[in-house]
Amino acid sequence: MKIVVLVKQVPDSGADRNLRSDDNTVDRASASNVINEMDEYAIEEALRLQEAHGGEVVILTVGPDRATESIRKALSMGPDSAVHVVDDALHGSCAVATSKVLAAAIAQQGADLVICGAESTDGRVQVLPHMIAERLGIAALTGARKLTVDGTSLTIERQTDEGYEVVTASTPALVSVWDTINDPRYPSFKGIMAAKKKPLQTLSLGDLGIAAGEVGFDGATSTVVEHSKRPPRQAGNKIDAGDDGGSKLVEYLASEKFV
Amino acid sequence: MAEVLVVVEASQGVAKKVTLEMLTLARTLGDVSAVVLGGSAAALADKLGEFGASKIYAAEGEDLDGYLVAGKATVLAALIQRVSPAAVLLASSQEGKEIAGRVAVKLDNGLLTDVVALDADGVGTQVVFAGSTIVKSKVSKGLPIVTVRPNSLTPTPAPATPSVEQVEVALTDKDKLAKVVERKVEAKGARPELAEASIVVSGGRGVGSADNFKLVEELADLLGGAVGASRAAVDSGFYPHQFQVGQTGKTVSPQLYVALGISGAIQHRAGMQTSKTIIAVNKDAEAPIFELADFGVVGDLFKVVPQAAEEIRKRK
Repeated sequence: MKIVVLVKQVPDSGADRNLRSDDNTVDRASASNVINEMDEYAIEEALRLQEAHGGEVVILTVGPDRATESIRKALSMGPDSAVHVVDDALHGSCAVATSKVLAAAIAQQGADLVICGAESTDGRVQVLPHMIAERLGIAALTGARKLTVDGTSLTIERQTDEGYEVVTASTPALVSVWDTINDPRYPSFKGIMAAKKKPLQTLSLGDLGIAAGEVGFDGATSTVVEHSKRPPRQAGNKIDAGDDGGSKLVEYLASEKFV
Repeated sequence: MAEVLVVVEASQGVAKKVTLEMLTLARTLGDVSAVVLGGSAAALADKLGEFGASKIYAAEGEDLDGYLVAGKATVLAALIQRVSPAAVLLASSQEGKEIAGRVAVKLDNGLLTDVVALDADGVGTQVVFAGSTIVKSKVSKGLPIVTVRPNSLTPTPAPATPSVEQVEVALTDKDKLAKVVERKVEAKGARPELAEASIVVSGGRGVGSADNFKLVEELADLLGGAVGASRAAVDSGFYPHQFQVGQTGKTVSPQLYVALGISGAIQHRAGMQTSKTIIAVNKDAEAPIFELADFGVVGDLFKVVPQAAEEIRKRK
């Protein structure tokens, strides 16, 4: 089984994140960039499947040159190789266009299974998995908190607001995962050393048969009009509980008409 | 006036609050038509009419209920092409976003997600990067397909008597690749749903154990709120993941958010920062949660919360 894992490099959600004032895109140059956290769970799930069933795990990233750091980090966990789609024309791409690029790259790889995080911590848009599946005409099992593979048959538990759904499909398919699905491994020293030598193929838009005008700002289907910093919340009244902290809390609730 | 489609989100035959919010928003944009994808439209008609739907498109049947979202997107895309609406609103839920994403690809159309406001020109407002940045954006290709975040506005009734039009469900094998074989409801009692609740009471690592979460639940029930949990609490096994609030969980924006034993790491703040009023109880006076709390109590939550619960009971 050939498994392609989608990995996105994102600005660290634990640090200050900004949009650029010149073109309204995510400021990646001044940010501390990391692997999208949810993608580490996708990598882990792929590696566990490989350990149980054999096959090959390939990392796929669309992003600027500096995303190479995150690709090497991903490889240090254990995947076999990586594909990096990098092209200046991609800057400013919307989700619809990005899904076109990812779908083309996945099709070229000939994956049996695509695993990705349910969402990224920067956009949190959550639409890419179904957009890709729509383009490829394959099953999308999204929002998995558990994945079971039996031959070509896949079963997930899909987290819902009410509980969960058991959903099945056959390969080829795409599975998106939440962070409840496993505990990702830490790269070992050996893994980090090995990652430096693993095959990393770089592709341009041309290699995927996509014209520059279909992506980036020219191909964007939505546009940011303006953005601004939201004023930070101000700290209010802070009291010591003493003996009547609970009563004071309820007094506050009453003053705000919550009780 | 132009027609605006609102894709109905319902749970067990009842329209969710976000649906009523979308109907209210849609009335500012044009004539409102509700679209029911799966389930039963008849059960929802009264409520949809009460909030201003003058028409209901009903697409029903096992082909929609028995498979994940692809078929719903196919039906919606066909409807959009047929009626050429001025805009399409969906809920910013997992399924709402998934349908929107597929429709955007099918129609090669832009989309906006997690919108908290939408003006008549189709410019949507989004709050991103853990509540730190406000973005205004619009669809530049095609019609506005927009997912609306729950609790973004107050739903108001505007009674109408909707006509119901059955919509043909014509699917292909590609729409039936992901089969739903079982739906499990995990008990949350009579509590409101987390993303839609006006009041949320959340517990963190400081709650200490799964058993102690009863304290969080008790306060939530007394206030008529939903229960949430921080990632630390969920990772420690104190409370199930679907109740996680934060960067890798739900984003909530209630009238009142009560944080019990939650330090307020950025991971958590990302999910609750836009709440109207925030109250925090924590024994660490330096906990970052106090930086955004309108009212903070520094102390032992095992003393403060039972006392507060008792006081609320007395006032009832």
